[in-house]
Amino acid sequence: MTATDIRPTTDALMKSQAPKKPMNTGQFIRWLLLFLGGIAMIMPIAYMISTSLKWPHEVYNLKLIPDEPHLENYTYVLEDGRFYWWFVNSMIIAVITTVCNVIFDSLVGYTLCKFRFPGRYIVFIAILSTLMIPTEMLVIPWYLMSQQFGWLDTYWGIMFPGLMTAFGTFLMKQFFETVPDDFIEAARIDGLNELQIWWTVAMPLVKPALAALAIFVFLGNWTAFIWPLIVTNSVEMYTLPVGLSSFGDEADVAWELIMTGAAISTIPTLIVFLIFQRYIIQGVVMAGLKG
Amino acid sequence: MADLAIRNLVKRYDRTEVLHGISLDVEDGEFVVFVGPSGCGKSTTLRLIAGLEDATSGEILIGGRVVNNLEPKDRDIAMVFQNYAIYPHMTVRKNIGFGLRTSKMSTADKEARIDEVAGILGMTDLLSRKPSQLSGGQRQRVAIGRAMVRDPAVFLFDEPLSNLDAQLRTQMRLEIKKLHQRVGNTIIFVTHDQVEAMTMADRIVIMKDGHIQQVGTPAEVYHKPANTFVARFIGAPSMNMLSGTVANGALRLGSGEVLELGLEADDGHPVTVGVRPEDLHPGAGPALVRGPVTVREPLGHETLIYVGAEGQEVIAKADGRTPPEVGEEVTLTAALDTLHIFDAATGDALR
Repeated sequence: MTATDIRPTTDALMKSQAPKKPMNTGQFIRWLLLFLGGIAMIMPIAYMISTSLKWPHEVYNLKLIPDEPHLENYTYVLEDGRFYWWFVNSMIIAVITTVCNVIFDSLVGYTLCKFRFPGRYIVFIAILSTLMIPTEMLVIPWYLMSQQFGWLDTYWGIMFPGLMTAFGTFLMKQFFETVPDDFIEAARIDGLNELQIWWTVAMPLVKPALAALAIFVFLGNWTAFIWPLIVTNSVEMYTLPVGLSSFGDEADVAWELIMTGAAISTIPTLIVFLIFQRYIIQGVVMAGLKG
Repeated sequence: MADLAIRNLVKRYDRTEVLHGISLDVEDGEFVVFVGPSGCGKSTTLRLIAGLEDATSGEILIGGRVVNNLEPKDRDIAMVFQNYAIYPHMTVRKNIGFGLRTSKMSTADKEARIDEVAGILGMTDLLSRKPSQLSGGQRQRVAIGRAMVRDPAVFLFDEPLSNLDAQLRTQMRLEIKKLHQRVGNTIIFVTHDQVEAMTMADRIVIMKDGHIQQVGTPAEVYHKPANTFVARFIGAPSMNMLSGTVANGALRLGSGEVLELGLEADDGHPVTVGVRPEDLHPGAGPALVRGPVTVREPLGHETLIYVGAEGQEVIAKADGRTPPEVGEEVTLTAALDTLHIFDAATGDALR
């Protein structure tokens, strides 16, 4: 563990309190670019919330502040029974998939990283190579598989392609490289079996990676659209993104309702992020431990 | 506690053989230090004893029992690693207690054992701390505590002091030695530092290129090195090596001096003469080296002088108050019984 200490030194803290110098051109351009980037990030969210407060006739008016803001859309969406179904479906799928990814990706990543066995490299390359196949290409084989196994329109059908990901495996393998072999060997001498070593020694040391993986997987599954749309038929099995897109009728898309649903559905992602962000920071501090 | 034996131990990685059939007997309660330059096979030997690597051939016996096919946890050993291998996410108490996780002791007994070990190591106040709140020396003590808590037959130390600064290293060296005197377990200690080896060991095992060069007490390896490698490796500054030939059982040196040593070797046989800097000094007597002083290193009570002769620099010790000047021609001499004679071809000691 030779990572450098990330805590600011006393000197750095002193400097940050020094009187501010006038901004030069380079700094101005940097701040301007950051400001523009910030606007680009915030505008969609601002429009989402703004639209969710508008009446249908105002939706195509691009004013950010609605003329007559109201919460009727929220009442409508929350009183519509379907929304709960979709919310619960999305939650079940995202949580189970996240847990599975955290366990399976790290198990495989750990094995590929810390064990020497014939074919190890081939297995790793095979897993990596699946990263190069776009989802659109996989959707048809997945569908045929689901159909043959009778998984169409079930949770299992929605979840199975994402229970383990090549990206997650790669991420975890790379992070396990940072765990010194001594830690694992010490635990082996202390009498732990390989699964115990993975769980009690290796996993706590890669918490930041696990947190990052959990955020990625949760967000990915929470917002997944194409596959849940294809594999589900009944309205009760829809996930939130699929369900929300079905608001409105053939003649018109009810943007104000979609945006309302979207605004509500960002809440769990925010919570997930806030929970795991803490671990990411903890992890960085831990990685700063010398010796 | 138990004795340890190694019989014809061979380790091969693919086609590269790194240990060429070494054998060694370690007595119960003995403190044995493996020392040698990087890549000499000392750490590999330790890892084979620990069971972290499989031996290609040969046997390892702990307490008279062949352990080659046993898992590390079943060998009744504990190991302290170079980077301590203490877990940053656990408190000191949990780290020390980690070795007891799989033991069948009751929780109360485990706690008592952890407290006992912490007491021996003077860490009772630190038990609730995390490793990040400890100094290097304290972390090292935690690592030792984790090894001690199981009371293993054999302790294995893999260069445990090399991450510490010089002062702390000296202090920990002493602590480990005291600990050994107190608990009396068999210890195998690996280091590349000959001072550590000399100061701590009951017996030193000097290794080079996968072969054991010599096994002996610190005094034996210092005063009776088996070959030129051991002679150069042990002692600082290292032993001076002069060339000479045998003539009628006498030694003829490059300086022209002939010394009657009664050597049993053929006439004209080339030999290497080793003499330690502390035995070599300016003065009257057989002239081993003649040449100008090139550098002086005053150490207070004495001065190291470098003398250019025979195309090399010879180090000698001179008086601390009136050492010869740089550039001054000096004649260096030594008592004949302090000379080490080696075969120039094989490097093995002749006398």
